[in-house]
Amino acid sequence: MKTFATLLDRLSFEPARNAKLRLIATYLATEPDPDRGYALAALTGSLRFRHATPKLVRVLLRERVDPVLFNLSHEFVGDLSETVALLWPEPAERGSPPSLSEVVTTLETISRAAFPAQLAQWLDALDRIGRWALLKLITGSLRIGVSARLAKTALAQVGNRDVNDIEEIWHGLTPPFTALFAWLENVGPALTSVNPAPFRPPMLAHPFLDRDAAALDPTEFSAEWKWDGIRVHAVSGQCGNEPCLSRLYSRTGEDISAAFPDLMASMATDRFGAATVDGELLVVRDGVVESFGVLQQRLNRKTVSSKMVAEYPIHLRAYDLLAEAGEDLRPLPFTARRARLEAFVARLADPRISLSPLVPFSDWDDLARIRADPEAAGAGTDAPAIEGLMLKRRDAAYVSGRPRGPWFKWKRDPFNVDAVMMYAQRGSGKRSSLYSDFTFGVWHTGPDGDALIPVGKSYFGFTDEELGQLDRYVRENTASKFGPVREVVANAEQGLVLEIAFEGLNRSKRHKSGVAMRFPRISRIRWDKPSIEADRLDTLTAMLDQKRIAAV
Amino acid sequence: MTRTSDLLTLTPAGLYCPPGDFHIDATRGVPRNLVTHAHSDHARGRHQTVMATEETLDIMELRLGPAFCRNRQTIRYGARIIVGDVRVSFHPAGHILGSAQIAIERDGFRAIVSGDFKRAADPTCTPFEVVTCDAYVTEATFGLPVFAFPDPDDELARLLESRAMFPERTHVVGAYALGKAQRVMRMLAVAGYDRPVWYHESIAPLAAYYGRRGIDLGDIRPIADASPKALAGEIVICTPGALKNGWAEQFPDPLIATASGWMNVRARARQVGVQLPLVISDHADWPALCATALDVGASELWVTHGETEALVHWAALQGLDARPLDIIGYGDEDGGPEVEGPA
Repeated sequence: MKTFATLLDRLSFEPARNAKLRLIATYLATEPDPDRGYALAALTGSLRFRHATPKLVRVLLRERVDPVLFNLSHEFVGDLSETVALLWPEPAERGSPPSLSEVVTTLETISRAAFPAQLAQWLDALDRIGRWALLKLITGSLRIGVSARLAKTALAQVGNRDVNDIEEIWHGLTPPFTALFAWLENVGPALTSVNPAPFRPPMLAHPFLDRDAAALDPTEFSAEWKWDGIRVHAVSGQCGNEPCLSRLYSRTGEDISAAFPDLMASMATDRFGAATVDGELLVVRDGVVESFGVLQQRLNRKTVSSKMVAEYPIHLRAYDLLAEAGEDLRPLPFTARRARLEAFVARLADPRISLSPLVPFSDWDDLARIRADPEAAGAGTDAPAIEGLMLKRRDAAYVSGRPRGPWFKWKRDPFNVDAVMMYAQRGSGKRSSLYSDFTFGVWHTGPDGDALIPVGKSYFGFTDEELGQLDRYVRENTASKFGPVREVVANAEQGLVLEIAFEGLNRSKRHKSGVAMRFPRISRIRWDKPSIEADRLDTLTAMLDQKRIAAV
Repeated sequence: MTRTSDLLTLTPAGLYCPPGDFHIDATRGVPRNLVTHAHSDHARGRHQTVMATEETLDIMELRLGPAFCRNRQTIRYGARIIVGDVRVSFHPAGHILGSAQIAIERDGFRAIVSGDFKRAADPTCTPFEVVTCDAYVTEATFGLPVFAFPDPDDELARLLESRAMFPERTHVVGAYALGKAQRVMRMLAVAGYDRPVWYHESIAPLAAYYGRRGIDLGDIRPIADASPKALAGEIVICTPGALKNGWAEQFPDPLIATASGWMNVRARARQVGVQLPLVISDHADWPALCATALDVGASELWVTHGETEALVHWAALQGLDARPLDIIGYGDEDGGPEVEGPA
């Protein structure tokens, strides 16, 4: 537990991605099995055990510490786990601390009644950092700025592999991953095709700018609507000739299958077979695509009620086919994949899964007109759920990541960026108890590598319900407080992406970023989007150079 | 019979002893000031007469210039002198070089003003001495039970471990220019660290002074002696203020550490962007504050500054007559206005 605690401690203070990778890789390379496997499970969110509630932890401490001193301490420290870790009385003699595997395996089986005494015994045996790490682990919220992807990248370094090799096999594995380490260290057999429904990282697009329009030949591209939902991969695998495993993955590889049983049923069919569909998750009612706000009702849930399923019918709008009948289609050009996709969706004949139509156009000017008015250009009643256009090179293979050139996104509203929440301040009047004024930033390459640079501040654009969610988010993710202002955790691994709409953009010498937005508002909260994928300052400065905005 | 309030009261300048007609650690100019230690929030200029230990007076002169007061009176640890109607003596406080607790006695009644103090081992100053008294006027910079500090040697070991793991990164350690910086240098020397330790120019005069007082700080060098790029993998010590100014950016892939009691609380470390918090404090932690209040045997406890509320609550539970003073103007750790602010 001590080495794991030291690892979490160092990670929690280290903002730099490469240093985090080094810390994790060094730990994974030197720590013995099975502890390192359980640590990997903790870092990738793969542990499944009964979590301790904050209430239980509080009760344990109340038995040991004066309530006034506890309250003063909690107020000063902020975080409950940390307060308890620091306040826990040192026993006269420390027992031998538990190993990480001991903690994890005990938690998997321990009864509710026996849990408090076991926890107290562990806390007695650990030092302050060990206690902090244990409490973070068992309350199920590490919050150390490490994504599952980052942990897997570190793991890949240990075995000198590509992280995508790990992703391909990941979902078939379970802690403590002994066989995985054996393979990576070349002392065990290769693990391939373990998972019949692997996650393959999606292909992403760059923003389409004026200079792209000048440089690119429109006849080489296909256009389709950019849907305002969330990006998913619907993956089914077969064992023999039977469908045996279906998974729905978010764009970061998070398994969100459990929240969408309705769609999972459509995927676990003989007709779907062993296929991977790249598409947009939407709510469609009476044949009309609902707005993102409606879709949100179904997001961020571990499970879903049948009422929810009926009220918010989920839909997959398919725009690419990465595998069919077990064949990997990714090396094929887009046109070939598209032909396979059209045939595939037609064969499915499933009302839950439909084809995202291609949008015909003659040249960039024509496409600009279509983009300005999707309703008139064929989208009809679906227009409110369209946020722009996607441009895909007809001859391009499907490549994970964000290659420059083959795919572009051309958002409907050019004054729109995805930024990351950096600071929050309490509002005034009826909002005085809520964090309602938000400062947000975009990525910029500085002397230390990538960092967020503030580009604006906004306190409207969201509903009261969303305000409640934002307020809770701020309180749970506070990095530090300065008077009425809270600094929110915002780094490459962790952070809340806000879609910011604004009326114009000016150059500004007063702002560090060099740009000033006019009337920025929070048009959408992107709970689904990783902070690292928020926009970059370059995107904003490039907007400055576009005539339309400069004229505003 | 003498009571504490006969010996000590509060004026706008801070703690004042009417029968001796002197202030202790006055925060504005007064005719006679007794100074516990040379940190700038306790040792300000513009007094007529200053009484302190030789080291404290020397350091005040280094920092404030030779004209920092009109008259100086040097007092040795343990010596008793008469000031007005009271007897005064200075006793080691273990906080920094020259730091003292000040005892005031009349008619067999003794009050002690702790100044800033610590009980943990420190190779750069005389250890704290327990002096019994009737009334104890204590600091409470870290007066919350969450401040139970680890062994400082273990914290130093974490710095050396980090250097081993990131041998290409310059480890820049923020430490207050007076006391902490020299203590970290000495601890590195004692730990057998065999590389030169580099320091920010602002630490130079005090490091030299510690050297003149016979405290071996090891192989220390000003960073002007090397190009920043050549300091990859080395340990550099600077003031917390320099860290705030981005001074560390000149070094290759700097890893920011800070040696301070505040580093025991994660939010405080994050607030200042520290990647390697080292809990090395010049102050008594909570267990030491409590133990000391009991060790000195006082029945009355006054708490001058810091997190006074918790300590007063605790003392009341022990049956002590406790009250907070909340003197304005004493910073934390070091933190006078002309030095860097609190970490």
